Amino acid sequence: MNLTIDTEQEHDRTVLFLSGELDIYTAPNLKEKLVPLVEQKDAMVEIDMDEVNYMDSTGIGVFIHALKTAKQSGSKMKLTNLQEKTMRLFEITGLDEVLDINSSIRGGN
Amino acid sequence: MTNNSAKEQYQILLQEYIETKDEKYLYRAEKLSKSLLRDHTLPEEIVHLHNEALAKIDPTLSQEVKDSMAFLLETMISYGLAHQEFQTLRDEQIMLKSEISVAASMQETLLATEKPEIEGLDIGVISVPAHQMNGDYHHFIKANDGSLGVGIADVVGKGVPAALCMSMIKYSIDSLPELSMSPKAILSNLNRVVERNVDASMFITMFYAQYMPKDCTLQFASAGHEPGLHYHHDGDYFTEITTKGMVLGVLPEGKYEEDQVVIESGDMVVFLTDGVTECRKDGRFLEMNEVLDVIKMFKHLPAQEQVNEVFKYFERLQGFQLRDDFTLIILKKDV
Repeated sequence: MNLTIDTEQEHDRTVLFLSGELDIYTAPNLKEKLVPLVEQKDAMVEIDMDEVNYMDSTGIGVFIHALKTAKQSGSKMKLTNLQEKTMRLFEITGLDEVLDINSSIRGGN
Repeated sequence: MTNNSAKEQYQILLQEYIETKDEKYLYRAEKLSKSLLRDHTLPEEIVHLHNEALAKIDPTLSQEVKDSMAFLLETMISYGLAHQEFQTLRDEQIMLKSEISVAASMQETLLATEKPEIEGLDIGVISVPAHQMNGDYHHFIKANDGSLGVGIADVVGKGVPAALCMSMIKYSIDSLPELSMSPKAILSNLNRVVERNVDASMFITMFYAQYMPKDCTLQFASAGHEPGLHYHHDGDYFTEITTKGMVLGVLPEGKYEEDQVVIESGDMVVFLTDGVTECRKDGRFLEMNEVLDVIKMFKHLPAQEQVNEVFKYFERLQGFQLRDDFTLIILKKDV
């Protein structure tokens, strides 16, 4: 199973649409795309997780890396449309407290 | 280096083949090439062999053919170099593999923790790495006041970096003053160490619990780890035990909460890593209640046999292919 990342520019923000599995094999691809985006000063990056049906702790690691980078550069990062299982992982790890996550989650499959 | 017998053999085979076109000579030529390969004969040396054999078979060979053979020989030289490089890489890989296995056994020794004897408590533990080195870690400490400290942790990522990180955790715990360290204080101490020392995308989840035999209470705190499970003998049901807390290594000042439960006779407490909860069966993940059913299935056994049997069950379920490091700890209070 792969992860596809589609990028869309909407006015002042960049939206990444992820689809597939975010795990130890695909996480480096996301890191390569996401980290340079949040490195830009005052950037706004939204990550649409609607089509992510599996994420493991390596995926969490990428978001932690991006969060630390965003803090330094002053950019903003937001996660939206998380499936229930993915949201649970953010809750268990306590990261829902420090990441900007759109709370309107939907049920996964 | 080609010896004379190979030279003669090559010439004979070539001659026989040209005369008879019999496929058995092709087959014998294949066998000869395998033995030449074993002796590290380079491709250009084979071309040279061929050249000499051809000249012997047909002394009237045209100058064009001879020149073309010299041309082919030059062209094959880079293949020869590539082949030598491949040999070197293969030797290096064998060496690396053995170095990693030495590191893995060193890790086992470094991180070894002894299962302590606690009055009235039966302890079982199993920790199996998916690859050579383990990214899971567990730790038992029996304090002077008779209490038992249990830590279970999972480093994100696998292999060597995760394993090195584990050693850091172990030595940090060892260097903390043993007494009067509550689970939440231990976690916030470790968080500081990890935050300062790991790569930005690396983090550790950890659950730390302390069991007091005097009043049968279990105090615990979680740093983003899978919840523990408390099996209630009276009523035959499980409840999750956890507290809200950030994984280690994200914020410089992590605050951790603490909670406690009373462990009754016949109760059981289960600590695990996501290698257990993320077992796959026929391509889908097991539901939590299925995991609990398996743990319950073997609850009549002593704790150590129980964790062994649970592991064997999941190993079988996944076709003996662990996707992630697997650690399971069970504490059982005597009836």
